[in-house]
Amino acid sequence: MTKKILVVDDEENILISLEFLLQRAGYDVAVAHDGDEALAQAERFAPDLILLDVMMPKKDGYEVCRLLRQDPRHEACKIVLLTAKGRDIDRAKGLAQGADDYLTKPFSTKELLEHVERLLAPGTV
Amino acid sequence: MPSAEGVFSWQPLPAWLAAIVAFGYLSLLFAVAYRADRQARLGRSLTDAGWVYALSIAVYCTAWTYFGSVGRAASGGLWFLPIYLGPTLVMLLAPVLVRRMVRVSKEWRITSVSDFIATRYGRAAGLGRFVSLFVFVGVVPYVALQLKAIAFAFDVLTGVPEAAAAGWWSDRSLWVAVVLVIFAALFGTRHLDVTERHEGLVAAIAFESVVKLAAFLLLGAWVTFVVFPGPGAIVEAAQARFGTAIAPLDAVDGLHYGDWAVMILLSGLAFLLLPRQFQVMVVENVRVGHVDRAAWQFPAYLLLINLFVLPVALAGRLFFADVSLDPDTYVLALPLAQGQSLLALLVFLGGISAATSMVIVESVAVATMVCNDWVAPWWVRRRQVAELGHAEIAGTLLWVRRVVIAAVLACGYGYYRLTGESFALVSIGLISFAAVAQLAPAALGGLFWAGGSRTGAAAGIALGVLVWSYTLMLPSLAKSGWFEAHWIETGPWGMVWLQPERLFGVEGMAPLTASVVWSLGLNTLVYVLFSLVFPPRGAQAQGARRFVRVESSAGAGGVWRGRVGVPAVAQVMARFLGEDRTRELLLGYARERGLAAVEALEVDAAFVRFAETMLAGAIGGAAARLVLETLLEEATPSFDDVMHVLDEANQIRTYSRMLEEKSRALEKATRRLQEANEKLTELDRLKDEFISAVTHELRTPLTSIRALAEILADDPDLPREDRLRFYRIIVRECERLTRLVNQVLDLAKLESGHGEWQPEALEMRDLVQEAIETIVPLAQEKQVRLEVSIEPGLPAVWADRDRVVQVILNLLNNALKFVPAGAGIITIRVGRQAAGEVAVQVADNGPGIPPEFMPHVFDRFRQATGGLAKPPGTGLGLAICKRIVEHLGGRIWVESLPGEGARFTFTVPIAERLEPGNEGGGHDDEENPSGR
Repeated sequence: MTKKILVVDDEENILISLEFLLQRAGYDVAVAHDGDEALAQAERFAPDLILLDVMMPKKDGYEVCRLLRQDPRHEACKIVLLTAKGRDIDRAKGLAQGADDYLTKPFSTKELLEHVERLLAPGTV
Repeated sequence: MPSAEGVFSWQPLPAWLAAIVAFGYLSLLFAVAYRADRQARLGRSLTDAGWVYALSIAVYCTAWTYFGSVGRAASGGLWFLPIYLGPTLVMLLAPVLVRRMVRVSKEWRITSVSDFIATRYGRAAGLGRFVSLFVFVGVVPYVALQLKAIAFAFDVLTGVPEAAAAGWWSDRSLWVAVVLVIFAALFGTRHLDVTERHEGLVAAIAFESVVKLAAFLLLGAWVTFVVFPGPGAIVEAAQARFGTAIAPLDAVDGLHYGDWAVMILLSGLAFLLLPRQFQVMVVENVRVGHVDRAAWQFPAYLLLINLFVLPVALAGRLFFADVSLDPDTYVLALPLAQGQSLLALLVFLGGISAATSMVIVESVAVATMVCNDWVAPWWVRRRQVAELGHAEIAGTLLWVRRVVIAAVLACGYGYYRLTGESFALVSIGLISFAAVAQLAPAALGGLFWAGGSRTGAAAGIALGVLVWSYTLMLPSLAKSGWFEAHWIETGPWGMVWLQPERLFGVEGMAPLTASVVWSLGLNTLVYVLFSLVFPPRGAQAQGARRFVRVESSAGAGGVWRGRVGVPAVAQVMARFLGEDRTRELLLGYARERGLAAVEALEVDAAFVRFAETMLAGAIGGAAARLVLETLLEEATPSFDDVMHVLDEANQIRTYSRMLEEKSRALEKATRRLQEANEKLTELDRLKDEFISAVTHELRTPLTSIRALAEILADDPDLPREDRLRFYRIIVRECERLTRLVNQVLDLAKLESGHGEWQPEALEMRDLVQEAIETIVPLAQEKQVRLEVSIEPGLPAVWADRDRVVQVILNLLNNALKFVPAGAGIITIRVGRQAAGEVAVQVADNGPGIPPEFMPHVFDRFRQATGGLAKPPGTGLGLAICKRIVEHLGGRIWVESLPGEGARFTFTVPIAERLEPGNEGGGHDDEENPSGR
């Protein structure tokens, strides 16, 4: 069964590149431009994994992450935070909000795909 | 005055025998004194014993006591008693009163009663001089009285009236006086320093006290138990003969109980303050502890010596009832009449001893007083004294004392010869008592009350002496027939209320009582009042407090500024005290202060006080002060020194003021540092944020570029369409990066103030046109309408051309981003704003700025999205605009309501307002380095 991935970022060009990349890797991909849209899409699309940008207008990535984790329907959903801030404190903050992984921009496509594959592999909690 | 001879005859003793016995006795006295002095030099003090001290105090019992008591008892009954009750009561208080006097006197090295008063009132030299003069005058009659008693005793013993003697050279009392001068000079002026007591003198006095007591007791016992079967028999016989044994108290001369009280008070005060009493009780005291034992030993002595007064008096009256015999002669007449020559001789010796002991001590005490109060202060100031050594100074001063001793006796003798028979023994003694009592308020008040002042003491004593002279001395002299006496009865110039013996018309008191009440009462009142009105101040008050509390002289020093060193002071001390003694004293003083050697001492106030006290013991307080002042005045009170001290004080004040200022400045600096630190911390935080923001802005396009580049690289078979799309994105993102880097650098340049500015007078119209020309293609692309209105006749602005164009372009680009495509309208207006400013306004019809974002419009990396997706742009444009406008000396602001577009306005000062050459508001660089 095709895994579903939601990509959230306020940068159109990033959405374009990630959507293309993930679709080519065989995933079902949806995109969102901000926090509110991300929550709505998560509801509708029920992704197995979300690539979530931290610095976004309206709700930021941390808050979206926290709200998703409060909802039992998204319990199994993996969340990978994407951020342009590379400091340890940001990583720790993200993990504290319930994120499963964390990638610092700019990342290589290979690195991203490896992370996604590992998280979506069966048996991975 | 009745006398013995002729009326009642007995077998007189030969004159030569009396003379031999008398002079033999005096020789014995020399031997005793000599031995005691030698023992003292060998370190075995004979006088360091409580009973010797008590016996020496018995110098109080003079010939007056010896012959007079019986006389008074014979005529006045118990009236002889009060002059012994006073001292007895005083001695009961000795542990408090006398002990204190002794301790204070030792502490201050006080040499006499006048020195005591002068020292207490701040080394008041004048007061001391007055007191010693007054005491001298008051004591001379008393000395005369003793000489008279000696002559009288000779007369009675030998039956030859003195008056009948061939010439003054055959007057035995004169020769006795001469011997006494020699004795007093020999044993009473051995040392200059008061702390080296006159052991021989004291031993001789104690010996004399034993002799007079023994003689009187023997006589009394003989009269009571040999002549009569016992005291009871005498009283019975007297009652049988006279109807009453002794005269009732109020039956004699109208005596009242008040007279008793006054007499007790008077004798008590005299006992404390008579020069000879002060000498033996205070000055010659070896140990303070002796006072406590004397407190009962001396009253016991008084009890013993008075034990047989009444029996002897009654026996005398019974025995000589039929003859007119002076009762004062009873003690000698009784044994003579019974043929007891040996006993008579013994009694005679007792009388001699009573008289001589008084004369010796009194003259020594007065000599010390006069020498220290009158001669020494005058003499030590003379320059030539400064060249003399210890031996010469001590020798001279001791000779002065010897001369004064001789003078006292000469005066006494002269007085006695002049007044002859005119004075009763008793009245002379009491006049002296009343005189000395005038010192009591100042002396005793000063001992317990620190508030007593010099003014009070001087006024009190002066008034007391005046009243005493007027109410007691003058009437007494008048009665002796020295001058016309009727005014004593009528008052001077007929003013009855000024009658000396009934002052202010107060009746009913005996003349003596009245005089004492008035003189002592007024004296005390004036002393207290004047002390309250003119309280002691400064050094006098300080001294008074130390005096009253018996604080140690080695107390806190205080400041002494002087160039005189310890050696100089020590040299002066040595001149009066001797080398060895001085070294000893200085070493003791140094040890007391915890210093190992004299060399470690410093001349401070405490040291000067110490030196003064030590010198006071030798030459009296007043002279000691003068000596030290003479020494120190070269150092201290010179004008230069005072100015120097003032200078220093001024300097210290200046320093302190400077310190205060410094401290204030430091506080201010600290505050400013704190502020600066806070500012720096804030700047640091802002810088961190800026870097973080820049990083974020750099990473975001990099992310797209890298992802797309990797996609392109991984898949060469990508459809051309996608490939081209991706390439375009990559190029755009690279442009974005370039723009960002440029703007960051631009901003950094603006903020650091290193930007290149080329201000000049410019027409704003040209600048706006230039900017619009640049933006027109973009506007056309987005189908945005540009509306331009420029006010005509605007003055030139003073600005940098490129920078102003940059600002206008930024604003136009910004507006272009937000206006709706196809329906966008951007309005540009140029006109005058406030005086001296030209304003440029750029308005759009975009979504406007949300109110919560308004404060952050000009912040870096803050971009309002206006509900759209993230607008293109670095987020630095408006921040740069703000920096540029502010640098040019203008202002920039924005007005907006959501949904109604935004209206940015900036101003630039006109060229006239700013001096050409002034870099157009360049000051802002410094004041606003952060570029906020």
